Amino acid sequence: MSDVIDRPMLDQEKTAATRLKIIDCDIHPSIHSHSDLNEFLPKRWQQHLKEYGSHLRTPYIGTTPYPRSSPLIARRDAWPPTGGVPGSDLDFMRKQHLDPFDVEFGILQVLDLFIFSQQNLEFGAAIQRAINDWQLAFWAHRDPRLKASILVGQDGSDLGLAEIERCAKTGEYIQINVSPRANEPLGRRRYWPIYERAQELDLPLGIHVGGYGGHAPTGGGWPSYYCEEHQSNAHTVASNLTSLVLEGVPERFPKLKIVFIEGGFGWIPATMWRMDQHFERFRSEVPHLKRRPSEYVKEHFWFTTQPIDEPDEAKHLRQLIEWVGIDRLLFSSDYPHWDYDDARYAFKTPLTEAERRKIFNSNARAVYKF
Amino acid sequence: MAVTRIDCDIHPAVGGTRTTLLPYLSDHWKEQVVSRAIDGLDLNSYPPSMPLSGRADWRPADGRKPGSDLAMVQRGAFDQLGASHAICNVVYGAQAVFDPYMAADFCKAINDWIAAEWLARDTRLRASIVVPIQAPDLAVEEIERRAGDNRFVSILVPSQNEMLLGRRHYWPIYQAAEKYRLPIAIHAGSAYRGAPSSIGWPSYRYEYYLAEAQAFQAQTLSLIYEGVFGKYPGLTVVLMESGVSWLPAFMWRANKTWRGVRVEVPWVEREPAAIIRDHFRVTMQPFDAPMDATSVADIIDQIGSDKMFLFASDYPHWQFDGDDPVPPHLPAGLVKQMCEDNPLETFPRLKLSS
Amino acid sequence: MTRHIVARTSEIPAGGNKVFGLDGRDIVVFHVNGEFFALLNRCPHEGAPLEKAACVARLTSPAPGIYQRDRVGEMLRCPWHGWEFDIRNGQSWFDPNRFRIRSYPVAVESGAELQKGPYVAETFPVHIEDNYVIVEV
Ligand code: FES
Repeated sequence: MSDVIDRPMLDQEKTAATRLKIIDCDIHPSIHSHSDLNEFLPKRWQQHLKEYGSHLRTPYIGTTPYPRSSPLIARRDAWPPTGGVPGSDLDFMRKQHLDPFDVEFGILQVLDLFIFSQQNLEFGAAIQRAINDWQLAFWAHRDPRLKASILVGQDGSDLGLAEIERCAKTGEYIQINVSPRANEPLGRRRYWPIYERAQELDLPLGIHVGGYGGHAPTGGGWPSYYCEEHQSNAHTVASNLTSLVLEGVPERFPKLKIVFIEGGFGWIPATMWRMDQHFERFRSEVPHLKRRPSEYVKEHFWFTTQPIDEPDEAKHLRQLIEWVGIDRLLFSSDYPHWDYDDARYAFKTPLTEAERRKIFNSNARAVYKF
Repeated sequence: MAVTRIDCDIHPAVGGTRTTLLPYLSDHWKEQVVSRAIDGLDLNSYPPSMPLSGRADWRPADGRKPGSDLAMVQRGAFDQLGASHAICNVVYGAQAVFDPYMAADFCKAINDWIAAEWLARDTRLRASIVVPIQAPDLAVEEIERRAGDNRFVSILVPSQNEMLLGRRHYWPIYQAAEKYRLPIAIHAGSAYRGAPSSIGWPSYRYEYYLAEAQAFQAQTLSLIYEGVFGKYPGLTVVLMESGVSWLPAFMWRANKTWRGVRVEVPWVEREPAAIIRDHFRVTMQPFDAPMDATSVADIIDQIGSDKMFLFASDYPHWQFDGDDPVPPHLPAGLVKQMCEDNPLETFPRLKLSS
Repeated sequence: MTRHIVARTSEIPAGGNKVFGLDGRDIVVFHVNGEFFALLNRCPHEGAPLEKAACVARLTSPAPGIYQRDRVGEMLRCPWHGWEFDIRNGQSWFDPNRFRIRSYPVAVESGAELQKGPYVAETFPVHIEDNYVIVEV
């Protein structure tokens, strides 16, 4: 990291970005306002949204429990000149992100309206339907690089399954996204029908951090600060990974591909080591596991790279990448959010051309069958 | 004494409130415990019969809890595992009861019991003060009560309580800890006030045990960001049975977040990793490292401070087989340091001659 | 060192900034507390455009809950990851020696003074009655 001071853009960096044809697995589009959804949302639910709003397991109606580090958690330069919120203007997104980085495909991750965390399950399902339609109409149909996921709340699993069917029929969605903080840990049986269907449809299961499940963000309780909550995202992902592995989801659905999004990847090696370390001791509690936990991780799970870790020494990042495995990593920028990773500078350690290609493109190409 | 080898984490077991602790309870709680059958307070975190809770050869033949028999603990921790000294950490449900006065009396009884029946019988033993974490003022009273007894070398608190440990609520405990040179020993164990992770209640004890590592991470961040070490610069925190290999990535992420969001906590003036290296220590069972020497060396290098590591067996917990609690592939110099120098520095009251 | 006349002082509003291309670099000139500061318009971390940075106070604290603000507006908070930099010298708050933004000397001079030269402002008409921002690159 010592070479980053006062660094004009090097030619090689300019070309590195363009040469790569990046697949960005985490781009956040936003609605301008609720009315964007009107054409996709039945009157009854428009009215509901207006009168009752979002009912979440959080204290405030107008903002998140922990004030974020910037307005709408966005990069301050991502507000479109045309007005509207960051991520709401396709032209500006093209100009600021898709074109300069030569994004070959960008996977949309919608977080608007805390789509997975609505307490009223019917309302949640209606919003999810509307957002799923909106992703195609406002984004994927207007820019073929952008790919939509089927968002389904897994706690109303009948509604979720119906929505999967409805969307899958179109053949336009590339992933099924579920909440990371549902009523129960993600490995639990009640969610298996969704995993079974995802496997049958050969659609990866995407799990993007965020949302509110009502539990404290940490096992020790509620922190005071956003800087604690932000790091707890890594805990959420690690817990979900262990839940899915230990409940035997990869064992039961061996063709299911699971992608963790925006969890970073620093926590993965230690989580695998810890799972393996204690496996023998607890094996009789999880007799359905036929292999060591890390073996499932290395075959069935993928991880998007942002927010990337920034150890002081480049070799440490290198060691981390090798522990996780180059094949498991999918580049993501998190555009337009403040903790965004810039494809040119995020990996502050040398990668070979082949490794670069895998992380920035071909791993995702294989997972999503582009 | 041949080699100094201080085992920083062993677990004597409380048989029960109506048995082990009864003689040490106040008259009121004696009567309550008996008349209401208040017992069975083993923490859900460590069911005694679970394999992890007791290695087979460390379980009393009569079916009592592992760690409940002094002679057996002496044979295991000292003769077999080669410790020269050992710190007793009594992980028991006294620290999880809801009634703060019951908690205080139970904790006091535990400390009296450990002093009378363990420390008094074997001068190689030391102990952590078990405090009623539910009520900081009562915890401070208990610390004051033990402060004159140097056999108590640290203060034991569970890793999952009613709130995160950095909160101001707990600061009187840290003030007393600093004053009496008692490090805070956070040991794995939950009061089950909330789910052990943000995603909810796990199905398996295995899963719960894995999540413990994250609770330690949350506690570490909480203590740092709430400004505890600025307020009590002499305070040391020991993470016990936390796992260790998560530290590097955890520190990187903490540094990264702090660089961008430190305006939230301007009293934190140094990178979290630097604060961790100065104020935190970890016991080395379990280490949770991969089995190859290169990776072990990398992890140690990434952590970046040889001072943080403390030798521990976690006896009678079943973390390893055989007679050597030192995780494989650690460099010899480090092993010596973690067995002697680091514990002596971490637990200043641990005077070997006493 | 080349001295560039980049703008009339009135063109950069108080609390605002303006970006200039000088010698192939984007340089951003801030106008804060009546002074002008010139910095490379790229964050040393991942290259964010600093023209979008927030100008904030220098925030320190002797103890939890006590917020001491000074030099209001003289710290840049990067528009992306929020690193803070001293607008006067480009040094980062968290590691001033290792991470800093390249900064450039700035002067304000009157048109009358500038008429005497030497300066680089081939296409820049200088009027005696105005004041100008000069950046040395
Ligand atoms: S780009 Fe400025 S802080 Fe990251």
